[in-house]
Amino acid sequence: MISDITIGQYYSGTSVLHRLDARVKILLTVLFIVIIFLCKNFLSLALMFALTAVSILLSGVPFRMFFKSLKPILPIILFTAVLNIFYIKKGTELLSFWVITITTGGLATAFFMAVRIICLIMCSSLLTYTTTPTDLTDAIERLLSPLKVLHIQVHTLAMMMTLALRFIPTLIEEIERITNAQKARGADFESGRFMQRVKAMIPVLVPLFVSAFRRAYELSFAMSCRCYHGGEGRTRMKQMKLHLSDGVSFLLFALVLAGVIVLNHFFGKLI
Amino acid sequence: MADIILETKNLTYTYAPKTAGEVTAIRDVSVAIERGTLVGIIGHTGSGKSTLIEHFNGLMRGTSGVVLLDGKDIWENKKEIRSVRFRVGVCFQYPEYQLFEETVYKDVAFGPKNMGLSEEEIDRRVREVLSFVGLEERYLELSPFDLSGGEKRRVAIAGIMAMEPQVLVLDEPCAGLDPIGRATVLSLIQNYQKTTGSTVIIVTHSMEDAALIADRILVMNQARLAFYGTVEEVFSHAGELQSMGLDIPQMMRLYLLLREKGLPVSKTFYTLEQAKKAILACFKKGENA
Ligand SMILES: Nc1ncnc2c1ncn2[C@@H]1O[C@H](COP(=O)(O)OP(=O)(O)OP(=O)(O)O)[C@@H](O)[C@H]1O
Ligand SMILES: [Mg+2]
Repeated sequence: MISDITIGQYYSGTSVLHRLDARVKILLTVLFIVIIFLCKNFLSLALMFALTAVSILLSGVPFRMFFKSLKPILPIILFTAVLNIFYIKKGTELLSFWVITITTGGLATAFFMAVRIICLIMCSSLLTYTTTPTDLTDAIERLLSPLKVLHIQVHTLAMMMTLALRFIPTLIEEIERITNAQKARGADFESGRFMQRVKAMIPVLVPLFVSAFRRAYELSFAMSCRCYHGGEGRTRMKQMKLHLSDGVSFLLFALVLAGVIVLNHFFGKLI
Repeated sequence: MADIILETKNLTYTYAPKTAGEVTAIRDVSVAIERGTLVGIIGHTGSGKSTLIEHFNGLMRGTSGVVLLDGKDIWENKKEIRSVRFRVGVCFQYPEYQLFEETVYKDVAFGPKNMGLSEEEIDRRVREVLSFVGLEERYLELSPFDLSGGEKRRVAIAGIMAMEPQVLVLDEPCAGLDPIGRATVLSLIQNYQKTTGSTVIIVTHSMEDAALIADRILVMNQARLAFYGTVEEVFSHAGELQSMGLDIPQMMRLYLLLREKGLPVSKTFYTLEQAKKAILACFKKGENA
């Protein structure tokens, strides 16, 4: 079903990762992505993989949640793996017939890439599983607040993101409702050629847009009625404060970064 | 044997099975609805009314149990499920949000068109059905988005009626309408049922409405079927209904009270007018005796 989409799905808990400052988590996620692209050999990758695994264990989020977030990416992972296997010709030849040659280098690269993508997905899922969407946008707003100097309306952007996230489940529900209503009138979404199927979506899309606009108007009226006037002079209900654990996790990441650089330097590329 | 059109046997449905959010919305519901009756479904909010009616036209498939239409399992042939939807027309809560066409005409014609009817037949149905819901010809070319809430509602209901279903199911057709709007919608449904002789099932929160227009009342309570029977039968369980968080209509309560006190009130009454007549008749009888 459509409602399986995991965007902004928060898995409530009280683990160390849940309690980390959202800003720190975002920065660390970005740092993680940078570091994992710095990895040049299996040892440094293994270090990153270990870091991912430990974080997952610490988060207390069940494994199946991560499998669920991996599922949609699986075809991409397989596709890149297959491409790597067939196109990279390095190391010793393992198999060769017709135009296909498989080398150890190809296999190693394919595996390397697959692990890298999996780590990336896990790590970003970890961020959304352990941080509520509101905390997330709140943190983004603060991280971007230096941009105010450039007259970019950071608060407005953050508010838009919060609202968009908030309304995803609502809209999904709405789609299901409208789809059912049109099915009850005999609309057929399952058969026909591509163009027919696209056309069959019109009875769902029109009411969906109409109601989305209606909601937007109602919401903006409701917000003005409560004297919402943008970010100027607004104080915050939730203050974000850095704790010791935030510092420790930064330190940990710095160590991992150092580790990756050292491993890269002393053990060369790939195998 | 009564002539049964729609029947459920041990119908059970569970949302999100095997997860933390598991909810059994209907449990072991067996009910047989006679052809040509007007059934009112009542029940506390969350008792499973909407879930139940979504099974009637195969939008949902029971976790267990069957739905029989004219004695045949609607899921017997999966490919035929669309034709079941033409025979059992379901109009959801706030149906006006499903309008999408440029004109009222086209929107009402959407269902019949999906049935693959001829242009003439569609034209006949659209015009007929629009007069059923009390909208004049001039509405045909208007945009459904320019209508008032009540008019939109009526256009949406017309869109289902235009499929000429054997069973018309309406989920809270009066929700969010003013008293006049409610009365209009109720009377047009009643009128439709009388004229076409089809079976009509309506979900409502108003006991007054149910008592007023229904032949039979179906009561849902905490996912189970609590009662199914004539208005009088069902409302005679006043105490049980109250424990389900339902109220019986005021006039019904008066009637029961009078009966309890031993007054020979002859017929049940649901409106103030009927009550007045019945009570006066009662007094006359007393004088004569
Ligand atoms: N999509 C869904 N996912 C999970 N649970 C649901 C879903 N839809 C309904 N439920 C649950 O099923 C139960 C029955 O819901 P249903 O909508 O059938 O009630 P209802 O009798 O129509 O209520 P109302 O009078 O408020 O319309 C409720 O407990 C509800 O929380
Ligand atoms: Mg309902």
